[in-house]
Amino acid sequence: MVTSVTSFSRTGLSDWLIQRITSVILLAYFVFVAYQLGASVDYTSWKDLFDQTWVKVFTLLAALSLAAHSWIGLWSVFTDYLTERLLGPVGNVLRLLCQLGASLALVVYVIWVVVIVWS
Amino acid sequence: MLQVSLYRYNPETDDAPYMQDFSVDTEGRDLMVLDVLELIKAEHDGSVTYRRSCREGVCGSDGLNINGKNGLACISPLSESVKNNKLVIRPLPGLPVIRDLVVDMSLFYAQYEKVQPYLQNATPAPAIERLQSPEERAQLDGLYECILCACCSTSCPSFWWNPDRFIGPAGLLQAYRFLADSRDTATEERLAKLDDPFSVFRCHGIQNCVNVCPKGLNPTKAIGHIRGMLLSRAT
Ligand code: SF4
Ligand code: SF4
Ligand code: FES
Repeated sequence: MVTSVTSFSRTGLSDWLIQRITSVILLAYFVFVAYQLGASVDYTSWKDLFDQTWVKVFTLLAALSLAAHSWIGLWSVFTDYLTERLLGPVGNVLRLLCQLGASLALVVYVIWVVVIVWS
Repeated sequence: MLQVSLYRYNPETDDAPYMQDFSVDTEGRDLMVLDVLELIKAEHDGSVTYRRSCREGVCGSDGLNINGKNGLACISPLSESVKNNKLVIRPLPGLPVIRDLVVDMSLFYAQYEKVQPYLQNATPAPAIERLQSPEERAQLDGLYECILCACCSTSCPSFWWNPDRFIGPAGLLQAYRFLADSRDTATEERLAKLDDPFSVFRCHGIQNCVNVCPKGLNPTKAIGHIRGMLLSRAT
């Protein structure tokens, strides 16, 4: 059976709110990056840029937002299409595998971002 | 001659559903789709099975998928339904078929039951009736007119995938009908039951429901109001 245990925050409202807030953060970050790309893309200017603490924090925030946003979205997709109702018992196994794979990937990405930006 | 293609399935004799074609003489009249079904049943094949009752868009029993769009057969004129002289009629999508065009509505009604579609008021009943101002009464317009035909819920992908967890547009429209009623005092309990990731929040605002409702109602808007109430309750 499809349950809410693996949802991001267990309540529909928080998931929905988090989805909205993280999309604003992501939009702001991508606009910021696009603006910087337009300004200059050489090594020193990017190093200077990412040496600033606020840029690091902003980047980390964007990475966390991306992870939360993706998880909520993917969770909806998995619980729509990979279910016992549509695929039989194998649906449950498949859904769990996909959820494991997706969560693992997202955790690795966030750690990776931390390593790159803060090292 | 109008070419009609009907979904047929009798679980007692058929291994699988199939489409059966009929040529129907409408004598050039702009009949309703239900009239065509009646003609087929009377003159071609008496075993064709469907639900109908009022034949005027009031009872909600003949919701069907007509040329790919859900609607009530009795108030869908051929002039608006037929494309290239062809009429394809299937049962409402997403629900188990009992026979031909008749579907099992149990899941749909179970979701309706979940929203406790009746007035709840903890205060002692007054001698005559609970009064409402005209403004309070106006809050129920566009909500109370629903005839539970299921055209909306069975056109909603979120309801197809999770008909046991997502209440669906019809149920949610009625949930809001009682949330919006000034005489109902169970608002908090009602909202508490809706705040899981499935009941309300599986709606992704695709508006298929609005597109098909034969009564011109707007479940998506009602769902937005419920979301707003959940939001202000939490903040
Ligand atoms: S909202 Fe409209 S389409 Fe949905 S059940 Fe009610 S009358 Fe039918
Ligand atoms: S707007 Fe919501 S309830 Fe209506 S069809 Fe789309 S997902 Fe379903
Ligand atoms: S027969 Fe009653 S709504 Fe069509």
